[in-house]
Amino acid sequence: MKTTVVNIVTPDGPVYDSEASMVSVRATSGEMGILPGHIPTVAPLAIGVVRVKTPDNKTELVAVSGGFVEIRAEQVTILTPSAEVADSIDLARAKEALKRAEQRVQAKQEGIDVKRAELSLNRAINRINVKEGNL
Amino acid sequence: MATLREVKQRINSTKSTSKITSAMHLVSSSKMSRAERNAKKYVPYMNKIQDVVAAIANGTAASHPMLVERPVKKTAYIIITSDRGLAGAYNTNAIRKATTAMENRNQSKDQVVIFAAGRIASDFFMKQGYTVADSEIGLPDQPAFSDIKRIARTAVGMFTDGQVDEVVMCYAHFENAVSQVFMERKLLPITDIAPATTNASYEFEPSGEEILEVLLPQYAESLVYGALLDAKASEHAARMTAMKNATDNAKELINDLTVLYNRARQAAITQEITEIVAGAAALE
Repeated sequence: MKTTVVNIVTPDGPVYDSEASMVSVRATSGEMGILPGHIPTVAPLAIGVVRVKTPDNKTELVAVSGGFVEIRAEQVTILTPSAEVADSIDLARAKEALKRAEQRVQAKQEGIDVKRAELSLNRAINRINVKEGNL
Repeated sequence: MATLREVKQRINSTKSTSKITSAMHLVSSSKMSRAERNAKKYVPYMNKIQDVVAAIANGTAASHPMLVERPVKKTAYIIITSDRGLAGAYNTNAIRKATTAMENRNQSKDQVVIFAAGRIASDFFMKQGYTVADSEIGLPDQPAFSDIKRIARTAVGMFTDGQVDEVVMCYAHFENAVSQVFMERKLLPITDIAPATTNASYEFEPSGEEILEVLLPQYAESLVYGALLDAKASEHAARMTAMKNATDNAKELINDLTVLYNRARQAAITQEITEIVAGAAALE
């Protein structure tokens, strides 16, 4: 079976690197499935999950917070400000972040950037979803 | 001539100082090698993002305000120093570089907005009456991307909003453990895009412009992070050299003082003998 190499890179170093038979990402224009041999493409990503189907038919989940994907025939590179593999997500911490973000969004106080608060809320929800696998 | 006790005291205090400085030297050298490793870890990300930016900027007619130079009325400076001293001339040089850059680029303080990473830069420019828009104090020795994101984002945002027409970074570039080069680097507008290394022509989903919209701010922010990593490695290197010099100087001082101490002791002994002999002679 044909495979493609998947790299997920953040400024703090590479997070994920493996072979895959299919990758699906959430681009800003919609969900996108990538098979080996895809035409070279660049697309910006939304906050969401990257699903990597490994050659032995397992699915691995990685939470990413935006960025973009660069696709070549044998390689898929995802560049994002931050990414976490499902196994390494700390659920307790993610829930705490969710609570904080919710409070901030609801409070709508002056001096708090609502857009930023909503973004961090999205990131927190995304992390929890990825960890618990309910997508 | 100093008394025996005074000399002894000075020797002891110099010794304990040198213990501290040599410990600080060791600490800095291990921090430096970690900072160097961090900087290396960041390289793949930077190369990749540079590749893609180059591919898009060269491959399409897409244009973006961040790529276009405009007449400069106001400049933002991102200046990176340390929080504490004891790093030799590191902070002084970084600040001097920044002030020369300002003199060359701007006519007056009103045309300058400062983003400071590090207490020293923040305090200095505030005292000098510059506008310090934001400062990040208490950055860890091994910073993560999230530590600098706020400043980077605000600076990039000010450029996109048109509040400033140029963003310049001043920081120390790490060459090796003994030499750091203080440099000013124009962050925005982005004019120094390398020619594309890959000749893959990409499809853009949804369009080149929209990708640049996402990509360029991320690119600029990661450049700031890269500069911070570089500056941190330099800071540890500068601190290491400073502490090594201090330890060496202390050693030299201890040697000199020991000679002085021995001479003083010998003088005291000689004097005692002379007194005893003189006393015995008087009795005869």
